[in-house]
Amino acid sequence: MSEDRKLLEVQRLRKYFQVKGKGFRRQNVQAVESVSFDVFKGETLGLVGESGCGKTTLGRTVLRLYEPTSGRIVYDGTPIYDSEKKLAADMLPYRKKMQIIFQDPSASLDPRMTVGEIVGEGLSVHAKNLSRNERDERIKMLLDRVGLNTEHANRFPHEFSGGQQQRVGIARALAVDPEFIVCDEPISALDVSIQSQVVNMLEDLQEEKGLTYLFIAHDISVVRHISRRIGVMYLGCMVELAESYELCNHPVHPYTRSLLSAVPLPDPMKTRARQRVVLEGDIPSPLNPPSGCRFHTRCRYATSRCSQETPELKEVSPGHFCACHQVDG
Amino acid sequence: MSEFQAEKKVLLEVKDLKVSFFTHAGEVKAVDGISYTLRSNEVMGIVGESGSGKSVEAYSIMGLLQSPGKIVGGSVHFDGEDLLAYTPDQMTEFRGNRASMIFQNPMTCMNPVYTVGDQLIEALRSHRKDISREEARKRAKEMLEQVGVNNPERRLDQYPHEFSGGMRQRAMIAMALICNPELLIADEPTTALDVTIQEQILELMKTLKGRNNMSIIFITHNLGVVAEICDRVSVMYAGHIVEQGSVNDIFYQPKHPYTKGLLASMPRMDMVEHERLIPIDGTPVDLLDPPKGCSFGPRCRYCMKVCLNNPPPAVAVGEDNHVCACWLQVKEMLRQKEGEQLE
Repeated sequence: MSEDRKLLEVQRLRKYFQVKGKGFRRQNVQAVESVSFDVFKGETLGLVGESGCGKTTLGRTVLRLYEPTSGRIVYDGTPIYDSEKKLAADMLPYRKKMQIIFQDPSASLDPRMTVGEIVGEGLSVHAKNLSRNERDERIKMLLDRVGLNTEHANRFPHEFSGGQQQRVGIARALAVDPEFIVCDEPISALDVSIQSQVVNMLEDLQEEKGLTYLFIAHDISVVRHISRRIGVMYLGCMVELAESYELCNHPVHPYTRSLLSAVPLPDPMKTRARQRVVLEGDIPSPLNPPSGCRFHTRCRYATSRCSQETPELKEVSPGHFCACHQVDG
Repeated sequence: MSEFQAEKKVLLEVKDLKVSFFTHAGEVKAVDGISYTLRSNEVMGIVGESGSGKSVEAYSIMGLLQSPGKIVGGSVHFDGEDLLAYTPDQMTEFRGNRASMIFQNPMTCMNPVYTVGDQLIEALRSHRKDISREEARKRAKEMLEQVGVNNPERRLDQYPHEFSGGMRQRAMIAMALICNPELLIADEPTTALDVTIQEQILELMKTLKGRNNMSIIFITHNLGVVAEICDRVSVMYAGHIVEQGSVNDIFYQPKHPYTKGLLASMPRMDMVEHERLIPIDGTPVDLLDPPKGCSFGPRCRYCMKVCLNNPPPAVAVGEDNHVCACWLQVKEMLRQKEGEQLE
């Protein structure tokens, strides 16, 4: 599955949102703080973290749906954003290669467009030379591929269930034949029995078309299932990144450990017998994040060094990266 | 375990409860004949997908059902008394005092223009008229402390928007428990929370259950949460309880194809790497036009002719009140009986 070619390189990517502070002062929400990672061709990189940790912002900033504050993004060898060289490439040709599937299927489909129009809209931008018949043929093929009826093309989004709407969203992303898809919580709004249908379909499509995914979710058991590598985020920072087996079985960062131990297992005996690392307190505000390591306020191993120096993402064993002062490779 | 349970008194008994919504498009049978008993100090999990009727069922026990919803049949007995025969005044006295409820989204359930302290005090004083304001405030402070809110004295004078999601859920639990109810209905209390916060809330509920000797009805779609906190489980599908049993029976010996399907379709942390998920095919039932026979029939891989035309009866499939509504189990039972006769 992996030719080890980097499809996407992200270096020191930052995204701040300006909000109103007290009086005339402006404050920054530091949604993504200096995140670096690579995505290899044909793999699935999972991103997990709790709400507000910046995983969705990261996914959107990578596609430049949000303009980055600083950093560097390289797609397939070509830089598409570089704050030092003041480079911001025209994204239109890249939109054909990079697509996104959104979290809320009903909110991400225009209620006044038919499903056929929604799926075909990308084609009218990126494949202008298609004749009307060819286009309709493509739309039918896509709907068929995601498990919808071809007659559904003339219906409106509200006539579908949540699972079917998400299939429309997937068909729309596939329409322009992309190489790279950001899946932003594609299944969290769906019912349990429908989730596995969509997960299986995403896996089949990846195999068929050689797609590369950046899979964002808060549910680590889903991410573990679909990803080859997993990155864990906390308050805008990447705290740990490793192969999914390695990460789930030998987590190193204290946050990853407590995150993993908090996931309830659907097995009464195992889940009740398990040792827990219960985290105290809540996530601090990204408006005013803690100094040094952002996790130090809730970390049981924190020392004075943790509150002063920001830890770098370091390789602790081959392919396993962790940002923690207490873990020295 | 079953002997031990038999000694405990029955707190809540629901028999053949039917709730319908009369909409413009027709009658929607949201809850279609469900029965169960809840004993004291027991946690009953109700699992199901959206639209399976799990919340509607809880709302009808609490008398919170809103038009066009209506209870059309069955009975609900709480501690021997018929809840459905209560007058609105009696119901008001009952709610919050003997039974209370917590919801998925605490922000929409608290009044944003009153302080958390005021709301806690109101909850207590509306049922215990003889308690003075000062004393009520003291109780409210103790309650916040009990649910793990730091600095309760200051927190009492704050408004709900000043609380984080996890803290708000704690405050709501404090509000629900301030009158020491015998029954707590928790409607997806952790669904809106992150896993680490969910863990904190579940731990808290376990502790409080032991301390206050109450029973809990825990409504959720997350099987992992059920495995962690529940003693008994009812699995609901399209308004019916398709399977009911102790938590071990449901997870280790599931009998209904839907329960089995749910368990097989979930990605789990203890699964082999990249093992393929086995999904349940098809789409959820349209409740306006439910199937004539078994409601799960059209999605069931073992569907037989009888399933399509006749709703299956609930049959006992093991000890400890493990029941399952499936024609396969009826068939199995008949086969066993035949075998006995031949011998």
